[in-house]
Amino acid sequence: MPLSQISEVDKVSDQFEPKIVLFACNWCTYAAMDLAGTSRMKYPPNFRVIRLMCSGRVDPQFILEAFRDGADGVLVAGCHPGDCHYMEGNYKALRRMILLRRILESLGIEKERLRLEWISAGEAVKFVKAAHEMVGQIKALGPLQLSAQVKV
Amino acid sequence: MEKPKIAMYWCSSCGGCEEATVDIAEKILELADLVDIVFWPVALDYKEKDVENLPDGSITVSLINGGVRMTDHEHMVKLLRKKSKIIVAYGACSSWGGVPGLLNLYGQEELFSRVYSEVPTVENPEQVTPSRSTKVDDVELMLPEVLPRLLPLDRVVGVDYYVPGCPPTAEVTWRALEVLLSGKAPPQGSVIGASEKALCDECPLNGTKPDRVLVQDLKRPHQVIVDPEKCLLTQGLLCLGPATRGGCQALCVKARMPCTGCFGPLDMVSDYGAKAASFFASIVDFQDEESIERVMDRLPDPVGTFYRYTLASSALGGRARANRK
Repeated sequence: MPLSQISEVDKVSDQFEPKIVLFACNWCTYAAMDLAGTSRMKYPPNFRVIRLMCSGRVDPQFILEAFRDGADGVLVAGCHPGDCHYMEGNYKALRRMILLRRILESLGIEKERLRLEWISAGEAVKFVKAAHEMVGQIKALGPLQLSAQVKV
Repeated sequence: MEKPKIAMYWCSSCGGCEEATVDIAEKILELADLVDIVFWPVALDYKEKDVENLPDGSITVSLINGGVRMTDHEHMVKLLRKKSKIIVAYGACSSWGGVPGLLNLYGQEELFSRVYSEVPTVENPEQVTPSRSTKVDDVELMLPEVLPRLLPLDRVVGVDYYVPGCPPTAEVTWRALEVLLSGKAPPQGSVIGASEKALCDECPLNGTKPDRVLVQDLKRPHQVIVDPEKCLLTQGLLCLGPATRGGCQALCVKARMPCTGCFGPLDMVSDYGAKAASFFASIVDFQDEESIERVMDRLPDPVGTFYRYTLASSALGGRARANRK
């Protein structure tokens, strides 16, 4: 789903349901989500999943655009340290997220809205747990509510 | 044949771009032979009504520097858009907001209270701030209004070409003028006068850059005696050359100062600061959080570092939310 459509997704209930963009690595987290699904595990429907070949492909531009276009949170999920299919993409992701969190705070966005998780292909349970945790955390923070100036 | 007509205007800028135009030195005489300058408030005594009296589309090129910060800027750039065939965003402020665009980290109230009361050298016991109108001897005088944010030129009017730099160098300016006057128009939206490649490509130190540049610590320029024969990144200085468009012939690097990114993004990059931060994060030579945090701690102001010239044109355009905690 293009990012621009995120804001058009209908609200499912009167309660605040956060929209969370999930950038998932093809080799691990995406497979873990698949496993969670085929194992009939339940996880909250707040995620808009974008599959990439590696967490190292997540350009900080994507994350800022996701927030601009209506995401209340962004989850980047990749392979465990040492397990990257491309040797060190996940380390680059880690460093980028650490720096981007600092930038987000200067721009008025809580750093907790950007989360990084290492989830291997077999860790469906870890994915489900992380999904529940993140939704709970974003619900506690409330909607992002960007300033009217952002979309001039 | 009638000479092409050129207009120049400044909005929210420091005047450096106006200086840069004159930096083409004696070539300005050549330029004066080639074109008619019909409007240039800094140098020539034409007024707004002279522009209004020109037929629509009669100005060949308008070079506009500075971002749009006030209602009169908005009015003038819209007027020039109507009267011009080609609008050029000249310089970093006009293209992406520039240094004044960093004020988008603050709201207008914070701006006024800082400038008109908090600054230590300001004495303003009556807390006077600019208001839109004031009466002097029964005459109402009007001031333009400050907009809530500084906007790059292309958020207000259509922009045909961009000339980057803070300010654009004389060489870049001249190359851009040659392109504009050649009649061979590049695709709309192009950056003209500068390079299509990153600064490293033309940097004299590029040959000394190792295959993999890795950074374990950052230093500020005053903390290091620069070896002029060695890539600045390998000396612990944060040089933004790899993320920045070339065209300046590495002026700052030649003066032993790291690139701060004033030539802005390369084609296909929409958010320069995010891209520059991404580049820097990728070359930090650590894999554990603690060491990475320690390197990032060496950047006291990441937004000011990576978005120095481009905050106003970034994805969020400035502070994302009004209240500052």
